Amino acid sequence: MGVMSETVSSPSGGIWALANPTRFLGFISKLLPWMIGATVLLFVVGLYMSFFYAPADYQQGNTVRIMYIHVPAAWLAMFGYTMMSISSVGLLVWKHPLADVSAKSAAPIGAAFTFLALITGSIWGKPMWGTWWEWDARLTSVLILFIMYLGLIALWRSIEDPIRAGKAAAILVLVGFINIPIIKFSVEWWNTLHQPASVMRMDGPTIHPSILIPLLVMAVAFTFLFVTLHLMAMRNEILRRRIRTLRMIEASSGPH
Amino acid sequence: MFSDPHAGYIIAAYAISAVTVVALVAWIWADYGVQRRLLHELEARGVRRRSEKAHGGQK
Repeated sequence: MGVMSETVSSPSGGIWALANPTRFLGFISKLLPWMIGATVLLFVVGLYMSFFYAPADYQQGNTVRIMYIHVPAAWLAMFGYTMMSISSVGLLVWKHPLADVSAKSAAPIGAAFTFLALITGSIWGKPMWGTWWEWDARLTSVLILFIMYLGLIALWRSIEDPIRAGKAAAILVLVGFINIPIIKFSVEWWNTLHQPASVMRMDGPTIHPSILIPLLVMAVAFTFLFVTLHLMAMRNEILRRRIRTLRMIEASSGPH
Repeated sequence: MFSDPHAGYIIAAYAISAVTVVALVAWIWADYGVQRRLLHELEARGVRRRSEKAHGGQK
């Protein structure tokens, strides 16, 4: 009937217990205050380190401080899409009732982080490269990621039945996953203005700890922000589907 | 830092990021308020899911 099952019988405990949306809502309620507290704390420490602990770059001066938001935003843009892809596999292979909720809820958050990566990169590029934008491999592939996020959000919203919308979107998400390695390796495969990877390298990071540590703290802060917002958005989506179910029950039982 | 020749770029990048994150949080939080209100309205009208009816209408 196209309504998410609310009465999933699950094997004992573990992650399968959370497959039940009602149990999952209880889990979110318990976890959220801790996640919000940890996110705020990480941002306080991360922002302090970005401005007062990390030195100015000998070439870029203070402009290098844009990196502490640009790089984590770009990582989370790819993290968000990777999570949507894993969720899509969860939906198509195991038909996990929360997989589609997870994928759909992650899309606007991923889009926001991709927007941040693009806009902060552009603002950083103008004083350092002398241009706001360049149609090179890295920048273009991230712009494609942003457009894909928007397209997926539009697809979810254009199909009324969440089950049908979820399946169609899951297939499209997995097709689009090809863009993630392209973004990651674009700076190695093609000539680009963008610098190559300096943290996630096979031979280890090549940047000084005074810059690396604030960057990693900000990356963890961004990850906590993403996960916290994702849990909140999943809670909204579960309630939205519950409302849809109740409205159908109300409509089928006729006027009171 | 404010004496940096590119201070405007740094401030703009952080300000746009802050506005985007605040807007995202506000949107998700407001959506939660709307969904909770709609759910309470339906429950106030006595509409229950089958799983809840099976448990005597308990949530």
